[in-house]
Amino acid sequence: MFKRPALLTEKNFHYCPGCHHGIMHRLLAEVLEEFNPEETIGVSSVGCSVFIYDYIDIDWVAAAHGRAPAVATGVKRVKPDRLVFTYQGDGDLAAIGTGEIVHAAARGEKITAIFINNAVYGMTGGQMAPTTLTGQKTTTTPEGRNPAHQGYPVKMVEMLSVLDGVAYAARVALNTPKRILEAKKALRKAFKVQRANLGFSIIEVLSACPTNWGVSPVEALKWVDEKMIAYYPLGEYKTPQEGVE
Amino acid sequence: MKVLMKGNEAFAEAAVRAGCRYFFGYPITPQSEVPHYLAQRLPEVGGVFLQAESEVAAINMVYGAAAAGARVMTSSSGPGISLMQEGISYLAGAELPAVIVNIMRGGPGLGNIAPTQADYFQAVKGGGHGDYRVIVLAPANVAEIFTLMEKAFDLADKYRMPVMVLGDGILGQVMEPVELPPLKEINPPPKPWAATGKIERDDKTRRIINSLYIVPEENEKHLEQQFAKYRQIEESEPLHENFLVEDAQIILVSFGTMARIAKSVVLKVRERGIKAGLIRPITLWPFPRKAFTAANIPVAKKILTVEMSGGQMVEDVRLAVNGRIDVEFFGRTGGMVPESKEVLEKVLALAREVE
Repeated sequence: MFKRPALLTEKNFHYCPGCHHGIMHRLLAEVLEEFNPEETIGVSSVGCSVFIYDYIDIDWVAAAHGRAPAVATGVKRVKPDRLVFTYQGDGDLAAIGTGEIVHAAARGEKITAIFINNAVYGMTGGQMAPTTLTGQKTTTTPEGRNPAHQGYPVKMVEMLSVLDGVAYAARVALNTPKRILEAKKALRKAFKVQRANLGFSIIEVLSACPTNWGVSPVEALKWVDEKMIAYYPLGEYKTPQEGVE
Repeated sequence: MKVLMKGNEAFAEAAVRAGCRYFFGYPITPQSEVPHYLAQRLPEVGGVFLQAESEVAAINMVYGAAAAGARVMTSSSGPGISLMQEGISYLAGAELPAVIVNIMRGGPGLGNIAPTQADYFQAVKGGGHGDYRVIVLAPANVAEIFTLMEKAFDLADKYRMPVMVLGDGILGQVMEPVELPPLKEINPPPKPWAATGKIERDDKTRRIINSLYIVPEENEKHLEQQFAKYRQIEESEPLHENFLVEDAQIILVSFGTMARIAKSVVLKVRERGIKAGLIRPITLWPFPRKAFTAANIPVAKKILTVEMSGGQMVEDVRLAVNGRIDVEFFGRTGGMVPESKEVLEKVLALAREVE
């Protein structure tokens, strides 16, 4: 029966209409219920999802901007039998926190990173992110991102998947019901990889930001297809050879 | 058992004996023997040593481990501590206990690796952003490293806040015979506030470790609770050593290894009939202000603060003295250690003024 996941608190999401954080929070709550949420510690970060600890009823440690993988490392080393994950946006994970995510991945830290990529800085007012697409207009690229001046968008899961410490790396999207189910499957697999102690796992979630893209929520779904998936192909970039189906 | 031990090794061994089982750090001179020692020692006692990719990551690993209820430490030196200040502010904001050892080196910038005390401001006046304090302890010899490291972990847990232990390149590198204190059973206080997973709690309530108080009224309330804690620490925890101060007309004030040189100067000028004494602050925050009341230094006419800096602690001495007595300063910077001869000359000059 379709019901509200028990792990979601009563608190209403603060997200903008059409934002995909809400979908992802729900998926996360559903998947964690399949594991033991009492054994789970989330590490939240800075950005639009800064209040995630208000919505998902587990233990949380709130990290500074970009530092969630280092904080999660500390938590996991003290509590190696807990399920530890980070929930980070693209500014957090791919800009200020690049060092922490690369090295947590390289160490094969037994944590899971949930990486929400909406190609823009959301909370601070729609500035360019490392993931902002070529030509995309933001408050700090008013003429559109120009690679000659601002460089190229960063493909994080492709980059991380070549590191030996990474056991599972996948990119998913949430703009169709089918893809939401695939995202759920990937999330489940990432946690299973962690449970099996196989190494670092990451899922990148292409996510809509209608407010900062300047489009309607429905147009944003199309924007994910036409713009984002074209540059950030979906799929599993690395899967463990054994141990997890 | 008496052993010959390097200061940096003592910081490491003392931490293990204080029940610390987690170390996260990044190499920097002149504190390298701390991680060298712990890389071997912590696995022996079932702990974890992890070399982070940066000081920024190291202090955030400390934050995570402290949030999960561990006794945890890091060590670094000036430039590394600067990078850690963001994390130290977060530790303070989230009320997490941790110990940070700073073996100071010459700055600003890359400076050098010679001993200084020029991180005093950074240690006692904040360093990171926001309205917070850390407890700062300053050992002067290898034996005292053992007592103060144990105290550092206890105070961190007692008040749920970061504690910094300040040494300098001399203290880190000096080898001294030390009577190892007997091994004690360490029982850190229970940490029911830690984010360890609901499974560890009978009532299945959850824990959120956080420093975000978006509503100004709530942030102020949180800070006022911290300030009340700080006032209690200022009341209960100041520590200092008095050396021949009761009849002293000239009081030297120094901390850490500098105080050892100052102490030798006090003895030398006493041989010449000059009544000098030494106050050695052991806690730099809370600053031992009461040591400077009229009742405690009854005949003092001059105070001379001697530091390996351009003059940092002297400001706290002046605040404590509050204008009652002249406070003068002598210091060397850049990694130059004041020689006892030059301090002695300064004291002799003051003695002529006093007469």
